Amino acid sequence: MKGSLIILSFFATGLLLGIFRFLPHDVLSPNVSFYVLCALMFSVGISIGNDPSSFHQFRTLNPRLIFLPLMTILGTWLGVFAVSFLLKNRTMADCLAVGSGFGYYSLSSILITQCKGIELGTIALLSNIMREVMTLLFAPWMVRYFGKLAPICAGGATTMDNYVPHYCPYFRKGICHCIYLPGVCYGLYRSFSGDILL
Amino acid sequence: MFIVIACMITGIVVGYLLRHHKLRFIHKFILTLIWLLLFLLGYEVGANETVIRQFGTLGFEAFLLAFAGTLGSVIFAGLLWLTVRPKSMPK
Repeated sequence: MKGSLIILSFFATGLLLGIFRFLPHDVLSPNVSFYVLCALMFSVGISIGNDPSSFHQFRTLNPRLIFLPLMTILGTWLGVFAVSFLLKNRTMADCLAVGSGFGYYSLSSILITQCKGIELGTIALLSNIMREVMTLLFAPWMVRYFGKLAPICAGGATTMDNYVPHYCPYFRKGICHCIYLPGVCYGLYRSFSGDILL
Repeated sequence: MFIVIACMITGIVVGYLLRHHKLRFIHKFILTLIWLLLFLLGYEVGANETVIRQFGTLGFEAFLLAFAGTLGSVIFAGLLWLTVRPKSMPK
């Protein structure tokens, strides 16, 4: 939670400086964020390739849990698809792209801003932050009514890092491990899904 | 956009080649870049008057998408739980 607040405070600081036009105009140049984004994706790639243990974990899991990320993706898309009929000024692809952030607001908002413009990027940021907050707040409720896998699906991509300590009390030991499964899958998936949809 | 994905794939290859060296600093580096990018995104949003004026509407749309996405995935998680639970979950 602390990490999320720090990330949010960076966004908020930028927002305030932007409103009051505090920085020279050059900072705004889209090229700057593009180069930083490339550096970020390169580093994300390194962290995936450098950690073979994440691939090993797949082998120790119940094969049926491979459906966990699939269920998250299907469920999210179905929900977002339904809402896309209510939002007249957003196309279905827009809505699916926002949903495909799976709670990973930092990366998805940046990618969507690059592809689709700042308006949808802002929606992606807010929407995925809300998803994270909802999951953190309602995790016990989700476990009670939808089973122990529910918060993992609700948390989406962020289950890999932020949520592990938060979730573990709800699970017995063995299940904690499968949190990593969707995390790793989304890690690979989220970068591509946005691209296909946009 | 393909450049961005190419960057990531190159990163995966480089990371895999360096797998015997634990690059612990990389996670801090990623976090710093995310901070920087969100700061830039915030600045871009703040400087864009149209977006600032519509912030409430955008927020409401974001809420609908977040709620529906979370609800959908939770329901599907419940369905999966029903099929996985009986014998295969660790006790």
